[in-house]
Amino acid sequence: MNKTIEHPLKKYFRGEINYTTCSGCGNGIISQSILRAIDELAINFGDIAFVSGIGCSGWIPSPSFNTDVLHVTHGRSIAFATGLKLAIPQTKVIVCVGDGDTGSIGGNHLIHAARKNIDLTVICVNNGIFGMTGGQAAPTTPYNSKTTTTPYGSIERPFNLSNLAVAAGATFVARWTTYQARPLKNSIKKAIMHKGFSFIEVVSQCPVQYGKVIGMRNDPVSMLMNYKEKSVNIRNSKKMSEDELKDKFIVGELAEKKNIPELTDEIKRLRREAKKR
Amino acid sequence: MIQINKDACKGCGICIAMCPIKILEFSDELNNQGVHFPKITQEEKCTKCENCMIYCPDFAVVVNKDEK
Amino acid sequence: MKNKKNIDRKTDFIQGNIACAEGAIVAGCNFFAGYPITPASEITHYMSGKMFEINGTFIQTEDEIAAIANIVSASWGGNKSMTATSGPGISLMLENIGLAVVTETPCVIVNVQRGGPSTGSPSIPLQGDMLQPKFGSHGEYQIIALAPSSPQEMFDFTIVAFNKAEKYRVPVFILADALVGHMRERVDFPFEDEIILDERNKLETYQGIHQKIFLDENMAPMPIFGKGLKANITGSTHKEDGFRNVSDPKIMDNEIKRLSNKILKNKEDIVLIEEKYLEDAEVAIFSYGLVYRAVFETVNIARRKGLKVGSFRPITIWPFPQEQIEELSKKVKTIIVCENNLGQMFPFVKAAANGNAKVIFLPPETLGTLYNPENILNTIKEVI
Repeated sequence: MNKTIEHPLKKYFRGEINYTTCSGCGNGIISQSILRAIDELAINFGDIAFVSGIGCSGWIPSPSFNTDVLHVTHGRSIAFATGLKLAIPQTKVIVCVGDGDTGSIGGNHLIHAARKNIDLTVICVNNGIFGMTGGQAAPTTPYNSKTTTTPYGSIERPFNLSNLAVAAGATFVARWTTYQARPLKNSIKKAIMHKGFSFIEVVSQCPVQYGKVIGMRNDPVSMLMNYKEKSVNIRNSKKMSEDELKDKFIVGELAEKKNIPELTDEIKRLRREAKKR
Repeated sequence: MIQINKDACKGCGICIAMCPIKILEFSDELNNQGVHFPKITQEEKCTKCENCMIYCPDFAVVVNKDEK
Repeated sequence: MKNKKNIDRKTDFIQGNIACAEGAIVAGCNFFAGYPITPASEITHYMSGKMFEINGTFIQTEDEIAAIANIVSASWGGNKSMTATSGPGISLMLENIGLAVVTETPCVIVNVQRGGPSTGSPSIPLQGDMLQPKFGSHGEYQIIALAPSSPQEMFDFTIVAFNKAEKYRVPVFILADALVGHMRERVDFPFEDEIILDERNKLETYQGIHQKIFLDENMAPMPIFGKGLKANITGSTHKEDGFRNVSDPKIMDNEIKRLSNKILKNKEDIVLIEEKYLEDAEVAIFSYGLVYRAVFETVNIARRKGLKVGSFRPITIWPFPQEQIEELSKKVKTIIVCENNLGQMFPFVKAAANGNAKVIFLPPETLGTLYNPENILNTIKEVI
């Protein structure tokens, strides 16, 4: 049979699937994982809204996804997503951010949303660089990396964004690389169903800008294989020394807290209490 | 049962690397984006693991589980 | 359109800030996000209780940037939303104010102005941020701004602000100051059937991938989130269907001009002014906000002395009442601009007068203090 079959995730797109990302960019793998998670949960796509910011990660949902999409200013997605969730709490709000976007200019919004435990699913595409603007060092770029703003090597220690989210109070945190697309999808499912602030960090290949920094320019396959080699499951990491873990990506579900009051529930409670007086 | 939308392909090679039984390789042809896209070499060996579909950043590969 | 209003009393003696909050609630405000800042905090305090009483939402955000972000997205969720701050807060909000303008998001932003620049004097009134909402955010855009002069007007104009925001899908500013915000005066609450509220034009059903939801001078329908309308919203330059195009200058030209015309072509409805004793006036005094109180007193005194003076007060600061000033300039010899700053609206008045009348600027003797009517009178006598 020579009939063309449609991609099983095509129904989630506004028109043709046409990501204009660089060849081999991890964005598309993450997009597939998000959509597959939603598909397996069998949630009506119209009951989900996406918020994204400025940076390559912003292009995952906007304008491609065939549901409500809000594409906002750099670093502010989580703040906008908070207002949206407060206004329409019955809608699931998924936020696609980047490491530069939410780790740098948006850091304050990240830690406060985690502290408030507002029911959002934040998917942080961590490519270790500011990709869209030409490869500048990001707060996640490893020490001594040579980038367009650190020609002599970066002199700052990078953030561990997942640890930051946990410390700020996020009630579900996971990290995967794009190499682990299936576990990523499963964590996204869990995050969507989790009532509270979920943070999923995805270490993702930027073959053009970050590939250049690590000598794998335009070589997404090598970058993926590097993720495979350097990934350590959280369980195994507990048996390893700090030295052994130095360049590794600790992947898995890093934190889960239940029974922490969620912000929209608290708002409802305040309304009930205010009426009583 | 592996359908490759050759013009959607950007030639990244990820599907080829992620195939566990190595039955994908770059074709000699160029698509309309000017890159080599993958072709299937021994389709009968395909286990329908769906790696090629799941890891394609451009949604260019579809694995049809219904067809043999 | 008439709606049920949240009114439970007819007259009160309240602070301007509280009156502003009360006006918002009457206007249907059901989402407030704020960050503490003198001299606006009373609005945030009041809303932190009231919003829950009327089944609305209050959130104290981590900073002013989050406050404006929250009210914009809450508006997309269907809420009538508001924030209140002072000059430093508006400075922080400016980037996202631009986003609110270009995404045509109805919302109300209150600036209770204080001494500036920078940290300045938190409790001293200064009309120092008059240009800020119109020119502070980058790019070419229009907003609406109103200047109340009393607690009664804080109440009344906040209702107007919500109505204009809804009608024109634009952020509307209330430009008060520390004195108007903190002074206590009688406020009369209108009877329920006296209040008319405007509601945004909403998209009812999904109209397809290229549905027109932006850039209509007659107001495109707004696709509220969570209703299956597949809203496609972006701060990037976009077309009527919301799709981004940042390479074609014609699309940017179209977007900027349509957004601008949406406000400018509706000036007749938007621009509110108040003229007193101008029929035979030789001198007109241009003032707004708190300063108008002293000016109106001065005009009364001047008239009792037989001086032919009148008052021109813009209630709407932006869009600027250019046409009305031009008309005025053909009738009077001199326009005296009184404002509590070093002349922010003065150049606009002078330009609008276009040489037809002399336009002079008269600040208060000390910035931040009330005008002494005698000083204004002396200037009138010099020019009349």
